[in-house]
Amino acid sequence: MIELLSQAAFWLFIIVTVGSAVVVVFHKRVIYSAFALLFTFFGVAGLYVFLAADFLAASQVLIYVGGILTLIIFGVFVTAKIYTMTIPQQTHQRFLALIPVLVIAGVLMYVLFTADWKVIDHPNQPTTARLGKLLLTTYLVPFEVASVLLLAALIGAMRLARPREEDHEQ
Amino acid sequence: MNFVPILIFLGAAAAVVFAALLTNRLLAPHKPNPAKLTTYECGEEPVGSPWIRFNTRFYVIALIFIVFDVEVLFLFPWAVNLKQMGMFAWVEMAVFIAILSIGLAYVWAKRDLEWIKPKPGWVKSKD
Repeated sequence: MIELLSQAAFWLFIIVTVGSAVVVVFHKRVIYSAFALLFTFFGVAGLYVFLAADFLAASQVLIYVGGILTLIIFGVFVTAKIYTMTIPQQTHQRFLALIPVLVIAGVLMYVLFTADWKVIDHPNQPTTARLGKLLLTTYLVPFEVASVLLLAALIGAMRLARPREEDHEQ
Repeated sequence: MNFVPILIFLGAAAAVVFAALLTNRLLAPHKPNPAKLTTYECGEEPVGSPWIRFNTRFYVIALIFIVFDVEVLFLFPWAVNLKQMGMFAWVEMAVFIAILSIGLAYVWAKRDLEWIKPKPGWVKSKD
């Protein structure tokens, strides 16, 4: 019963992720694509849970759904003519496009069938505490360097995003 | 790590939304007229399309938010170990947050947190 429910939940997350990803790619209006991306990010978080990566799932929800997506939607809002503008969806150069598609598909299939898939016998052990212990001891320097990286990202982003004087005029 | 409660929570949240919309659809009288269907703008007659370029002034704030969002993410694995590791872990996180606080001080000092005041006459559309 639990096994069946777990399978059902897994397929639900697959459908949500792939379905909303299709909407993101194929919808002509950029605002709908942005909102569909919400479900894609969320579905991916669900799939991380099935991979027993609970911390990664939490970070996906916190950073991508909570942060990046907000930024994308804000970005869409400042797009000129968001409703009348449509993204061209014609296909050009189908034959040439087929080559990279086949190469990528081939590589993915190769990995899928040759990888040594390990099935862990103790699934879903919480990772957050173990990650934290490693971050605070073995990987202390990278952890502190991460804050410097974040600081650099913040200052750099502000330097680029700061409205210039002429923008105030509009 | 048991995620079943979270799944139940998600299901319940979705169910509440759909139940509310469905109840509304079933119970509410549906008698539209042109006046009812106009966009409510506090009594003003709406002019033009609502789908215009819209300057959400929080864009810069959202950028800053993402950096501190990542900081919050690092707080989770730290918090579950804090009790066990004590003062050492506390100091490590204090250094981490202190470095990021420089960023906050920077944006504060550079006045990036301030609301951009629209100048008079900016309302007329340029599109």
